[in-house]
Amino acid sequence: MAFFSKTLDKLKNGLAKSRKKISDSLTTVLTLGRKIDEELLEELEEKLISDDIGVETTLQIIEDLRAAWKERKISSAEDVVPFLKQELIEYWPQCDRELNFAESGPTVVMVTGVNGSGKTTSIAKLAYLLSSQGKEVVLAACDTFRAAAVEQLSIWSQRTGVQIVKHQQNSDPAAVAFDACEAALARKADVLLVDTAGRLHTQKNLMMELSKIRNVITRKIPDAPHEVLQVLDATTGQNAINQAKMFSEAVDVTGIMLAKLDGTAKGGIVVAIRNQINIPVKFVGLGEKPEDIEPFDPETFVEALFS
Amino acid sequence: MFDALTNKFNSVFRGLSGRGRISEKNVRESMREVRSALLEADVNYKVVKDFCDSVVEKAMGAKVIESLHPGQLMVKIVNDELTNLMGPVDSKIYFVSPGPTIVMLAGLQGSGKTTTAAKLARLLLKQGKNPLLVADDLQRPAAIEQLKTLGQQLEIPVYFEESKDAVKVARNSVNFARKNGRDVVILDTAGRLHIDTELMGELGKICTAITPHQIFLVCDSMTGQDAVNSAKEFNEQLELDGVILTKLDGDARGGAALSVKAVTGKPIKFVGMGEKLDQLEEFYPDRMASRILGMGDVVTLVEKAQEQFSEEEAQKMQQKMAKGQFTFDDFLKQMQSLKNMGGIKDMLKMIPGIGSQMGAMDVDDKEITRLEAIVHSMTKAERRDPDIIDASRRRRIARGCGMEPSDVSGLVKTFNQSRQMMKAMSGMGAMGRMKALKSMGNMDMFSGRMPGLKIKQRSKRKRVDRRKKGKKNRR
Repeated sequence: MAFFSKTLDKLKNGLAKSRKKISDSLTTVLTLGRKIDEELLEELEEKLISDDIGVETTLQIIEDLRAAWKERKISSAEDVVPFLKQELIEYWPQCDRELNFAESGPTVVMVTGVNGSGKTTSIAKLAYLLSSQGKEVVLAACDTFRAAAVEQLSIWSQRTGVQIVKHQQNSDPAAVAFDACEAALARKADVLLVDTAGRLHTQKNLMMELSKIRNVITRKIPDAPHEVLQVLDATTGQNAINQAKMFSEAVDVTGIMLAKLDGTAKGGIVVAIRNQINIPVKFVGLGEKPEDIEPFDPETFVEALFS
Repeated sequence: MFDALTNKFNSVFRGLSGRGRISEKNVRESMREVRSALLEADVNYKVVKDFCDSVVEKAMGAKVIESLHPGQLMVKIVNDELTNLMGPVDSKIYFVSPGPTIVMLAGLQGSGKTTTAAKLARLLLKQGKNPLLVADDLQRPAAIEQLKTLGQQLEIPVYFEESKDAVKVARNSVNFARKNGRDVVILDTAGRLHIDTELMGELGKICTAITPHQIFLVCDSMTGQDAVNSAKEFNEQLELDGVILTKLDGDARGGAALSVKAVTGKPIKFVGMGEKLDQLEEFYPDRMASRILGMGDVVTLVEKAQEQFSEEEAQKMQQKMAKGQFTFDDFLKQMQSLKNMGGIKDMLKMIPGIGSQMGAMDVDDKEITRLEAIVHSMTKAERRDPDIIDASRRRRIARGCGMEPSDVSGLVKTFNQSRQMMKAMSGMGAMGRMKALKSMGNMDMFSGRMPGLKIKQRSKRKRVDRRKKGKKNRR
């Protein structure tokens, strides 16, 4: 996970000034040597809420902290972060954070999310990451709805040097998925990344369209899709829980790609999602370039919550 | 409209009133519900704090403690305060003369700038202006292509250049507008992080180069606590004139609206209500207030319904209801519209008093599909006149849809009941209807499964009575 830390350093340096200005008032919560008391717990509660962890999950975490404090497992402010790290790592075992690859034949990764969450960019990043690991990657441009979405993915496919299967705009996305599966099988590709159109989870018909795409993939390649990633904008608030629920219902989401984590938002909502719906985070997006992708690391994540 | 909250306040105060001592502390305590409602709606915690303090202050001034109905008074104060904070409404775009008026859109990545630019252009075109769209997002691949496509759909010209220099493109576009008689320039800029000093600086340079007359921040209504940070930074760099809130057609409570308003002090100009280019609407602080509090939104509900039924169709339907001529075909049609409106669960949430109790209820949209299947299995005659359904027909229908005959009779019974109710309700005014609807909620109509499927078969004798009654009604 050293790579992630390096990127974080890079980010910290580049954006240090403005980031400091914004979060200055918050870092003071956990000053060295401060003893844990109710006041500190209350401040921590505010801090966690301000990270979008949500009221319910925050209260649970604070209860855990309070219990540990009462049992004298932790006593001062320095103990808080290691304690929470431990808790979160138990939440996120290593196996949960890796992509599930097919035993044979192409691994199909379907990528979904609401509008503007960063699906297409995330796919470019995944394509870059996987092809740099020596895998043969094919993209499926199933966002046939948004203007120029196919062009956007085509440009990324050129830049990352991977193949793409596409149709005209407004064609049937399930048909694109079908062709892409055939192409992936024929070309003996290792990974097929399926981009889908952004849709709000409340749109029944669009969610049904998504299930249809999934079904078509499964019909063509049994066991596929091997991963269904939901791209989540790190700035999203409590609505992310509803999003995760509805997308899971429609296409059985297996993991989250947390995009745009290079801003000031901490994406704390993924803790609530893990807590309430049990979907793990697999990757984080940290910029607009294809190489700005990292596997999710709970330790760094906890540190960032309090940075 | 604020029943649930009133009840909560009341229960807090009721517990106290017996002892005859309501103190400031009690008022504060009663605000806890409001606090968590606001936090769950993604209002920034600092904004929540200030808001609660100011409500308590107002409550003390309004002598809630001495009031006969402290609960109701508290709710009024909360609602008024919330509405005030988000108002006043100002959805005007100010034009300069001589033109062109330059409108610039800025915001984070994926907030919806490009779509909003097109929507805004369409709105201005409707107002008789000659807008020019400018593709000044040179960062994201195919962003120019996207705006060009949208421009084509709207038949509005789009200015673009193969260039890496966003400032130059902006400057040239204004000259282009002047030469070609376009009176409004809408500048779509690249999405950027508020802490990206380089790109924020670029926005500053564009401003110096072309001095936009209006600068709007485009903000995703699903944004969480961080909304304050980005809005503040954009406002400091650009001196915003207003905010456009996008993706409000989802189920996000939209607390970001309050946060953004609180830190920038700039009005929310428009809200984006869908992916279609005509779905840009005015902002209503009162509706937003009830949405944030999770209190249901009857106005939006009605509007959503109106989207689904044309005026004429609605009137026809109403007449049918009034005369008790509502058939299973109409029922099917309505179920279809219900589905298009986003499912029964979402609909119920918008009804005040029901929304807050939804937690315990589990209404399954699949149940509707089952009901539809039963109706689809009926003959045309049966759909028109459900009274002809006897035991043999019932068995056939059940076989056709793969369900039990009791399911069929359950549906027919519920159908007849609601037909009666519609008839009765059509005699009432709007308020009466609302009440009836609510009592329906209390009657457990919506709990668990659809009621019809639970009810056992009726006895023969009663059915005969009903049939007679039905005939009488039809006359």
